Amino acid sequence: MMRKVAVIGAGMTLFRRRLLETGKELSFLATKMAMEDCELEKKDIDMVVMGSAPDAFDGIHMKGENLLDGAAATNKPYVRVFNGGGTGVFAPIAGWWHVASGVADICLVVCEEKMSSCFPHPQTAFQHIWDPIIDRPLHPNLVWLFAMEMNRYMTVYNIKKEDIARVAVKNKRNAVGHPCAQLPDEKITIDDVLNSEVMAWPVQRLDISPPSDGASALILCSEEKVKQFSQDQIWIDGVGWNIDSTMWTNRDLYFPRYVANAAKMAYKMARIQDPREEIDFAEPYDPFDYKELHHMEGLLLCDKGEAPILTREGVTQRDGDLPICPSGGLLGVGNPIAATMGQKVCELYWQLSGNAGKRQIPTDPQVGVGQAWGDIMQMGTVIVLRRG
Amino acid sequence: MTRKVAVIGIGHTNFNSMTPDVSWKEFMFEACQKAYMDAGINPREDIDSFITCAEDYYEGFSIFDEFVPDQIGAVLRPCCTVCGDGLYGLGNAYMQIMTGQFDIVAVEAHSKISDILTFGDIVLHAYDPLFEKPIAGSVERQKYIGSPSYNKESPKPLVGKTKEKGRIHPYFLAGLEMQHYLAKTGTTEEQCAMIVVKNKKNAFNNPYAKYEANISVEDIMESEYLFKPVKKLDVSPNVDGAISFVLASDEAIQKLDVEPIWFKGFGWSSESPWLSSKSMDANYATMASNMAYKMADIKNPKKEIDIAEIDDRFSYKELQHLEALGLANEGEAAKLLENGSLDLKGSLPTNTSGGSLGIGNCFEATGLQKALEIIIQLRGHAGKRQVSDAETGIAQSWRGIPTRSGAVGIFGR
Repeated sequence: MMRKVAVIGAGMTLFRRRLLETGKELSFLATKMAMEDCELEKKDIDMVVMGSAPDAFDGIHMKGENLLDGAAATNKPYVRVFNGGGTGVFAPIAGWWHVASGVADICLVVCEEKMSSCFPHPQTAFQHIWDPIIDRPLHPNLVWLFAMEMNRYMTVYNIKKEDIARVAVKNKRNAVGHPCAQLPDEKITIDDVLNSEVMAWPVQRLDISPPSDGASALILCSEEKVKQFSQDQIWIDGVGWNIDSTMWTNRDLYFPRYVANAAKMAYKMARIQDPREEIDFAEPYDPFDYKELHHMEGLLLCDKGEAPILTREGVTQRDGDLPICPSGGLLGVGNPIAATMGQKVCELYWQLSGNAGKRQIPTDPQVGVGQAWGDIMQMGTVIVLRRG
Repeated sequence: MTRKVAVIGIGHTNFNSMTPDVSWKEFMFEACQKAYMDAGINPREDIDSFITCAEDYYEGFSIFDEFVPDQIGAVLRPCCTVCGDGLYGLGNAYMQIMTGQFDIVAVEAHSKISDILTFGDIVLHAYDPLFEKPIAGSVERQKYIGSPSYNKESPKPLVGKTKEKGRIHPYFLAGLEMQHYLAKTGTTEEQCAMIVVKNKKNAFNNPYAKYEANISVEDIMESEYLFKPVKKLDVSPNVDGAISFVLASDEAIQKLDVEPIWFKGFGWSSESPWLSSKSMDANYATMASNMAYKMADIKNPKKEIDIAEIDDRFSYKELQHLEALGLANEGEAAKLLENGSLDLKGSLPTNTSGGSLGIGNCFEATGLQKALEIIIQLRGHAGKRQVSDAETGIAQSWRGIPTRSGAVGIFGR
């Protein structure tokens, strides 16, 4: 009964510290690429969904309103959705319900982030994400918060630091050949990661993805209209999202239950019974290298604590049995928060349609899953794409 | 096969200009609890998806979405933030239900605007940082103290940046727009003042409206000019409050003991974000209403709509929006007002709740406040302000200065 939704075009800008472009201009560049990809014009777009993370980065109140003309939304129905870092996958989910409900036929989804305008470092915007009474007096910082989570994860499963560093090495190597990548590195080794500066133990500099500026765009189309586009048809088969309590202090951080709930929701919708068998590759959110492992377990792609073993055995390499982050992920391509839709959703589309160029997975994938993670370690967003 | 969507539960807190006794979390909890009770559902089991409508700067957080789940019952459930007015939230809830994957969706919006110490500066941040923000004066001088001095006797233009005047309040845009509306339609300032009189009078019959007043057109005309021709009493005062809605599909309703009010149509639209290229007319409302009328199959809104709740955050906005929505002919909204059509007993009772002028400007919750009144009226629970035989109602909201975005919802019995 549900109306099927197809992805027909995608675009993604170069991820860098882009001082010359405003957020609007970045949105425009990505939008233009996506429209050219499927040969559509502004008049063909029914509705627009914007995804962008905190307003504090740009210092613009109602940032969505400010960005709208860059996203071809002038005189159109336009809405911005938001759930912190989860936005990169959540914005296409919102686009999905615009089309699946029958309200729109063609919906443009644009995700934009400009972090460099936050001075001296975008981390300062994160000083205002804490509970003002309980957390903020401690002057917390995201890096040490994630250091606690990483520590907990390593302790519970007795994981060695070098097994986690393997993820950073794999992703930065995967990013080689990605035209938008900020930190590709063909020659990086585990030792480089282990010898990099300690930020907050056990997090070291090369464990973290770089802040970045950029935008990405995706065009979604209804079942009825998709026939006029000649490409392989790539369908959004399942979506899921889930949020855990604000009180991160009150839960065990070793396993992301919210990601598992979101994944179950998406798999149910996509009629996936056994995700390990049926999913060919995945793009879990990897702002830190341990997060990729954490999220593979959350996505039910392996047993709890098994992800580092699979990584060590090479299963998650691009030519392995279960390629993970073939795009290069956030660690290799960059982390402009919402704009990571480019690695997490656009990449699924490019891989499934065989347009990933040098990054193409050799095994002809049919089903891919993308995931993002946001708020204070509490939001999971999941999307499943399928070819055919 | 098409599904239908209905409003099955509403809840709201009291509205007040200052609420130092409760946090925004307690506010949200109260509104949601009442809405869930009203619908007779358990949020931990029955609700498939939760939506909150909020903007970071109004809330004072970088990622407000973090602070949502616990108090609305959404822990370990699908929940998200829509950065928009409450009606945008209802629209997204409608779409979620129409996909067939969700049966019951809850929407919440609130205002805790009294927490903001420098309201004018927050609004100013919504202007483009390079081209528009500088219009309001130097950024270095933080000395913004509310209304600039600008009275009828010495109408000095509020431009430039001199030490005496401080920074201009970003609401100056309303002054420009009202000027345009008056010049274009021949409406007078007195007619706009009549809107204030009507809405503040309606508010007497609304137990949760806090800015009710028995005032005359002269009182308004004598109030200080803030942004000529906008006077102090033409502006809706800020207010705190929270509102929650529960929406359900027609299939889900069969299992519940509720009186559904159907959510028949909605639309939303945005114009250009630039001051220099947006229209001074409310084209966003026209585009949004065309979409909503089409969805609700309304051919002649003037005849088919019985009751309206129209955005009136500035007095002239109610008249401007009535025309934009096609409920009045161009330039004739003031006539409807003068012949009593917009009164409680008139042919198109408008803002029977008291509107934003009578209740207060509740920011992202404004759309839900408008929809709330329509639901209360259609259920027949409006008490002294009940409109007889209302079958179809329209709620409309605008995202406020300086945006050109807005949404429309149509509800029917």
